[in-house]
Amino acid sequence: MTALLRRAFTDSARYRWAVFSRVLAAFVGGYVLSSLLSLLLALLWPIPQAEAIGASTMLSFIFYALIIIWAFNTRRLRTVWLGILLSSVLCLALVWWLMPGGGV
Amino acid sequence: MKEGFRQSMAWLHTWTGLVVGWVLFFMFVTGTAGYFHYEITRWMEPERPLVEALPTAERAQMISLALDQLEQRAPNAANWDITLPHYSPLSRGWQDFSIRWEDLPEPGHDHGARGNATLNPLTGEHLESTPVRATGGGELLYEMHYRLHYMDLLLAYYLVGICTLLMFMAIITGVITHKKIFKDFFTFRPGKGQRSWLDAHNVISVMALPFFIMITYSGLVFFDTTYMPTSMAVLYGPDRESRDQYFDDLYAQNHDHQAARRPQAPLSEMLASADAAWGEGQVKSLLIQQDTGEAPRVEISRIDVNELRWYDGEKQVFNADTGEALPSAPYGTPTSRTRQVITALHEGRFAGPWLRWLYFAAGLLGCAMIATGLVLWTVKRRKQHELPGTGSINMRLIEALNVATIAGLPLGVAGYFWANRLLPVDIAERANWEANVLFLLWGEAFLYACFRDIRKAWVEILWLAAAAFALIPLLNLLTTDKHLGLTLPAGEWVLAGFDLSMLGLGIAFGWMAIKVRRRWLANERKANPTTHPARMEKSA
Repeated sequence: MTALLRRAFTDSARYRWAVFSRVLAAFVGGYVLSSLLSLLLALLWPIPQAEAIGASTMLSFIFYALIIIWAFNTRRLRTVWLGILLSSVLCLALVWWLMPGGGV
Repeated sequence: MKEGFRQSMAWLHTWTGLVVGWVLFFMFVTGTAGYFHYEITRWMEPERPLVEALPTAERAQMISLALDQLEQRAPNAANWDITLPHYSPLSRGWQDFSIRWEDLPEPGHDHGARGNATLNPLTGEHLESTPVRATGGGELLYEMHYRLHYMDLLLAYYLVGICTLLMFMAIITGVITHKKIFKDFFTFRPGKGQRSWLDAHNVISVMALPFFIMITYSGLVFFDTTYMPTSMAVLYGPDRESRDQYFDDLYAQNHDHQAARRPQAPLSEMLASADAAWGEGQVKSLLIQQDTGEAPRVEISRIDVNELRWYDGEKQVFNADTGEALPSAPYGTPTSRTRQVITALHEGRFAGPWLRWLYFAAGLLGCAMIATGLVLWTVKRRKQHELPGTGSINMRLIEALNVATIAGLPLGVAGYFWANRLLPVDIAERANWEANVLFLLWGEAFLYACFRDIRKAWVEILWLAAAAFALIPLLNLLTTDKHLGLTLPAGEWVLAGFDLSMLGLGIAFGWMAIKVRRRWLANERKANPTTHPARMEKSA
């Protein structure tokens, strides 16, 4: 009986931890990734820079929403974290490469 | 939350909705009131006289008088603006004859000081406006929906942004969760407890779905570079100057100006050209401005029409030295125009009377969507055979917050209007006290709901809100001379409409109070303690 209770407790603690981690990945990781995506898009968009920034910033909320949905719908938590981290690194590398002056 | 797409979205919908539901309800109530903020301000300044149109001089004479005043008051201005007296559909009210200007910026500044004055349309002299009581008016109520109250502005913007984003998420996931969105639109099963609450939540949400998506997304766009500053900060720079430069580039406003001066060419020909194009009495204002290196301009604007692309307002531009007609430059850039359309949709600034009421109704549906969602959360989690208000402490807290916000906040808004009429006119910080009354009532409602039988708290606070709204026309009759008996015969629809709307709100809250009472308390009175709770909570 106690063993069962303990297991139920650790299961619930694990579940809570998993939910917390997922919320963190979706909202914080998603924010970082959508910021970087909008920066990348601003660099790629072939219109005057201020307009490209304005347009990609408006779109970044859509990216953010899609990333959050994806993060909550992906079964494995590890995939979520890896996906967000790798895409962020990739965006960052591309931004670095595209920045005027080849990155600071 | 791992049982497939729909379930995980349902989980996200439930929790994003609950976390910010109360703040969102506050934002929707104050924001919905904002669609009539000019009208509310008008009601809250009852000292202003009913008829405001004054005898005017001939138009050319008026403009000349205004130019005299501008030369005298603003010899060093980047622009001069003369507004002729007219009825403005944009602000739904009479606009007085007035001048506005912006001084040339001091070195190191982007903008100079701004000034304005209302003028007597017959003599051109400065016109003192009627002194009115200190009030926050509709403006303060409307501003609360994006800057909250009692807190640092930037903190408020971030909180509002988080709530808006979560609502945006709740809407998207709500749609995904919905299997039969079209069928459910026609489904309402009243008197079936939880099922009815779900139906009501669905019907309300789907009814104004495009409005909700538009209002949350455009709400985010208002503060886009505040919430998502990365692109701008990296490509322009994180400091204030770079930020200003970015907005100047975005809105194509990179001009230095010379001091505005009286046009050399005769204005009468320019005005005649405007009259020929638009018809008599359509000229709203004149702007006099000179970009460095260009000829001075006179821009004649037509009275605003209710259009989504409001910035395209009709204009005729002339060379102020020669009187020659100039092409009028398009407003801003494609991106800034897109942004303006999105934010104009949010503000409904193009809406005529019917569309404005539709906006208002959609806003109320938003309040109802959030309210039913919050109630549904508690109904769903109340254990079988558990009476409302007897669950765990968390449950009790959430139920108290629901009553306090859904019934108590509207009571607070009514209190805001009562305070406007009842607070002494000479009290210090008067406008602040009007707002304090709103929040005090909201807080009181919460305390009351914490300690009172939750079902009784619902009925009592709803009745209180009903009485507070319904008695406003009476209060107005007793405290001012701008009451229904006068405003209705005079056809003053702004003032009469406010009183009648308050009466309508009072009736709506009374109806809700009767409904809730009938479901919960009447059953109890039949003295049958074993009555099935599912029946008792049919319509909380």
